[in-house]
Amino acid sequence: MSDLTDREKQLVEWLADMREEDALPLATAMLAEENADPLRVLELCRNAMDIVGKRFEAGEYFLPELVLAGEMLEKIGAIAKPLIQNKPGTAPRKLGKVLIGTVHGDLHDIGKNIVTFMLDINGFEVRDIGIDVPVQKFIDEVNAFQPAVLGLSGFLTLAFDSMKETIEALEAAGVRKNLKIMIGGGQIDDAVRSYTGADAFGTNAITAVSLCKNWLGATA
Amino acid sequence: MSVAPPTSTTDASAQVAYDTRWKRFLDCIALRQPDRMPVALYATFWLAKYGAISCKQLMYDYEKTRELSERVVVEFDPDAYSPMLFASAAGPSLDAIGYKQLQWPGHGVGDNQPYQYLDSEYMKAEEYDDFIFDPTGFYLHTYLPRVASAFEGFEALPLFPGMHYFRLVAGIRSFANPRVRRALEHVTRAAEEVQRFSEHHVTFTKRMAALGYPPTNGITSVSPYDFIADYFRGARGIMTDLFRHKDKLLAALDKAQVFLVRWTVKSAKSSGNPVVLIPIHWAADSFMSDAQFRTFWWPSFRKMLIGLVEAGLVPMPLWEADCTKRLEIIRDIPRASCIYWFERTDMVKANEVLGDVVALRGNLGASLMTTGKPEDVDAAVKRLAQDVYHKGGKLILDCAFGIPDETPVENVRAMFAAARKYAG
Repeated sequence: MSDLTDREKQLVEWLADMREEDALPLATAMLAEENADPLRVLELCRNAMDIVGKRFEAGEYFLPELVLAGEMLEKIGAIAKPLIQNKPGTAPRKLGKVLIGTVHGDLHDIGKNIVTFMLDINGFEVRDIGIDVPVQKFIDEVNAFQPAVLGLSGFLTLAFDSMKETIEALEAAGVRKNLKIMIGGGQIDDAVRSYTGADAFGTNAITAVSLCKNWLGATA
Repeated sequence: MSVAPPTSTTDASAQVAYDTRWKRFLDCIALRQPDRMPVALYATFWLAKYGAISCKQLMYDYEKTRELSERVVVEFDPDAYSPMLFASAAGPSLDAIGYKQLQWPGHGVGDNQPYQYLDSEYMKAEEYDDFIFDPTGFYLHTYLPRVASAFEGFEALPLFPGMHYFRLVAGIRSFANPRVRRALEHVTRAAEEVQRFSEHHVTFTKRMAALGYPPTNGITSVSPYDFIADYFRGARGIMTDLFRHKDKLLAALDKAQVFLVRWTVKSAKSSGNPVVLIPIHWAADSFMSDAQFRTFWWPSFRKMLIGLVEAGLVPMPLWEADCTKRLEIIRDIPRASCIYWFERTDMVKANEVLGDVVALRGNLGASLMTTGKPEDVDAAVKRLAQDVYHKGGKLILDCAFGIPDETPVENVRAMFAAARKYAG
């Protein structure tokens, strides 16, 4: 990103430092009163989220920081995004498509939502199809969205079989071959990965981002 | 340590068997060497798989669930069993109370799926002050109607503090309000069902005692932080409260700690068993930083543990997920007073850090039990026996979080056989 003004630097720093009560009024003032370019403000947010991601990776930040960062980003996005309508061709290029959902029988979504958020702020085009997703819906969405990576999420032990069924059905439908599949959740380990036929597993959002970056050839 | 046996039995040989089994638990708690490594049997929906019935039937058919629970205890011959009936056959009670925080077979999930908790914001951030000032009032007027339909109408109850003299007399007029009357009738009907449920539990416990088997614990409780996180603020709420409402969260934790100790002591004493299972959801290494853990999670829970121990109880936190980074912190408890059950924390490491302070329980992994073969289970038990129990760890063998629902029965047989093979 080109040189930052002092106020821009301040916004990035406050966002990265979780100073919501300072960062939000500043972002609002920049957008609503100073006519700042909304795309530039969103880019500043992305810079801040890069720092957040690095601090998470370094073991300095944990889930609470990711969730607060997500909420701050949502709030700024809600002000900025209406201002960037009618500016075609300005959307940043995405690294690749990731489809994600919680497998059938499992209603948990906290982990999946955090993975979705982290993939999104790391530049992936993510489609989150929710919880308790039937096998056929995964097949339909893979066909429609054409993702490079599929993320299957699940917290309960019943998810092991649901993941296995889903992956087998994708194979039977002929859409498994060019798809990388990662599974994640509190109970997941390499034994479950092997059991389900997934390509990789993770127990946190950073692993999901690293896997996608490696698979899609982006710089980690 | 003065810990009374959970329940006594009249048959002399059963009493000896009961006392022998329970003594293994007591020895572990007191950090004495037991005569062999005790094994606990903790099952919820695995009973359905074992008995080839649906999860729904397990939740609704008291007799069948009781029969299966007895069959499983007799077959596996554990040193203690979890209160299985209470943990699984809650369907009619949940229906009766109109419980909203769970989805269970026939109510939001399929007939062959376990119940699942619905994470949501059951208390708004702006309601912290009401909760902190008067938790009982908040429960009556706001929380109970929100989480169970039987209580809908309690919003119209009077504000009790402040009622006095003729204002007290006039104040009870609310009880004639049709909404309140309907709610009271609904709650009474629900209570009758819960009473039937409890009687089945008591019958089962007595039957097990007559066969010589003690329960692992009488009741289950909750840490103050998890109480606020899971049942009030929800996951997003609690995580953002660490930044937006720090002081109120800390005040609520202080308040909750006091009434959770009172509630737990009263409930545990009436159950007759001193051990209190406390599943721990939010202490995991990845859920918060060391500083956040030391500030928000641990202090109120430590106070709670001390309060329970001083009341003669034996807290048994089940530290879910991986809590390796917390071991040094959670070591700070009275020696020989608790059982720490670990889910994914490496038990060898846990024993190194905690073995001289606390008994351990666990932790055959969920993936091992569900996708492994009996020989894999055998090898995992051997490792725990050799590297923990025979190294002086006072280990109660169990799965990481009880027997996973999908576990093949032969893997459970392998677990119990291996325990005897490698540790007496």
